[in-house]
Amino acid sequence: MGRKVLIPIGPYHPLQEEPELFKLYCDGEIVRDVKWETGYNHRGIEKLSESKTYEQVFFLVERICGICSTSHPFAFANAVEEIAGIEPTNRAKYIRSIIGELERIHSHLLWLGLAGHFLGYNTVFMWAWKYREPILDLFEMITGNRNSYAMFRVGGVRRDIEESKISAIEKVLDEFRRKNDLLTGAVMDDPVIHARTKGVGVLTRQDIIDYCAVGPTARASGVATDVRKDDPYAAYPLVDWQVVTAEEGDVFAKTKVRLLEMNESVSIIRQCLKGLLKEKEGDIMVKVNEIPEGIGQGRAEAPRGEVFHFVVSDGSNSPARHKIRAPSYVNIATFKKSCIGQTISDATITLAAVDPCYCCTERLAVAYDFSTGEKIMNAKSLMDISVAKTAEIMKIQGKKHE
Amino acid sequence: MENHPAVQMLETELGSDFLKADIRTPKRIIVSIKPGAILRSAEYLHKVAGFRFIIASALHTRNGFEIHYHFSRDQEGLILNLHVVLDAVEPRIESLSNMFSASNWIEREIHELFGIDFLNHPNQEKLISEGNWAEDVFPYRKKFKSATES
Repeated sequence: MGRKVLIPIGPYHPLQEEPELFKLYCDGEIVRDVKWETGYNHRGIEKLSESKTYEQVFFLVERICGICSTSHPFAFANAVEEIAGIEPTNRAKYIRSIIGELERIHSHLLWLGLAGHFLGYNTVFMWAWKYREPILDLFEMITGNRNSYAMFRVGGVRRDIEESKISAIEKVLDEFRRKNDLLTGAVMDDPVIHARTKGVGVLTRQDIIDYCAVGPTARASGVATDVRKDDPYAAYPLVDWQVVTAEEGDVFAKTKVRLLEMNESVSIIRQCLKGLLKEKEGDIMVKVNEIPEGIGQGRAEAPRGEVFHFVVSDGSNSPARHKIRAPSYVNIATFKKSCIGQTISDATITLAAVDPCYCCTERLAVAYDFSTGEKIMNAKSLMDISVAKTAEIMKIQGKKHE
Repeated sequence: MENHPAVQMLETELGSDFLKADIRTPKRIIVSIKPGAILRSAEYLHKVAGFRFIIASALHTRNGFEIHYHFSRDQEGLILNLHVVLDAVEPRIESLSNMFSASNWIEREIHELFGIDFLNHPNQEKLISEGNWAEDVFPYRKKFKSATES
């Protein structure tokens, strides 16, 4: 038994959407236990929401997450519309789904880039983020914002997608589809990525059921849960698409699920754009008089999994209670299963595979030896371990490391 | 509206601990039970009937403290809430964390924000404000006023 070493990851990093502190207890190279501390950025949004009107809450929940900023308004709209018994117009449903799917594409590309970066594979990072830019430009064209789109409200959406914009959107999608095929082929066929991600951080089907994990994390382990299919909302029942799953449960499977899901998203958006042409332009809002007393539960499939909003209305103009559950809340807990027994060099990509945007090794403060309190490793060195492992594999395979 | 098989099973399993079932739509059901029956009910839903635990929501109302345990049966898109009403002065209920890990964090969070005790929880430490918040002050209770509200 070697000396046990504590390696803290976090708590703050500009790449993270949620500051959290992970403590990896290591014996030599092997991670033996994981503990976490959270709450560094607790903003009291549930409490704050009780003091806002329903219209204002949309802007509040949009700011829960910087990356999937539309998934929370989506789930909140579903919850409030359930209380009020409102059905948005088809045009509004199509626009909602288009925004939701565009967001999935940009979020998955962001994840893919970061995953590549932490394997020491900066080419993947450069490509993925380059291809993400035109998607963000689309957002700017449709909503006026590259992020936090402010599109949702009770009963519909705020802005229409004019017919004149549809061909421009389709052009970007066609271009993206070609690039994504290229990217998918490059990532899925790369022997180094295989060596670094296959059999790493495996979650079995039973683990997913025990931890109640959701989203691509669950789908990569063969659990085909997807709110868009299970509890259909917006335009998802109106279009034809497939739930992407994989069986292996390792990091590679999670990558595969995300890459293929983007193609499904493109297909959904194309069908929604066609749907828009059939609906009357400008018909995006249903009149809402009041939100009656009642309970509403709204779900939406965010890029990372199911977002759940529970809203209790007492008949006033603000929620009496508003409970929010983001997908990372359940997915992060799976680290306990996926990290233990792995080497430290694989820990970063295993943590990142759940996509809590938790690729924060370079922000590692310092690692201490338990017994002496002596510094033995700094932030950079842990990142270096991961990069070095990739370099070593490349050397074995006779490739030159960038 | 017709009863869901899971609701019927709960009714027969729980007997007098089953209070009422509110079938709002075929996809949204609220089953009210006595707090003492939470372990049996959750075990049936999670282990036997194939429900996934989504989250638990606590509420502070005039009845005391209430918890909705949200369970999802993904194949049907069904959300079934187990609803319990706890004592207004000393709220406590059996923890589900020994059955599935998914409830570990949320029970710690509810304990911290509402002051509800989860009995036999493996590690009922504060989740959010470890070391940074006063003891026995529960910000999500209705009486709590923030500095700007008072």
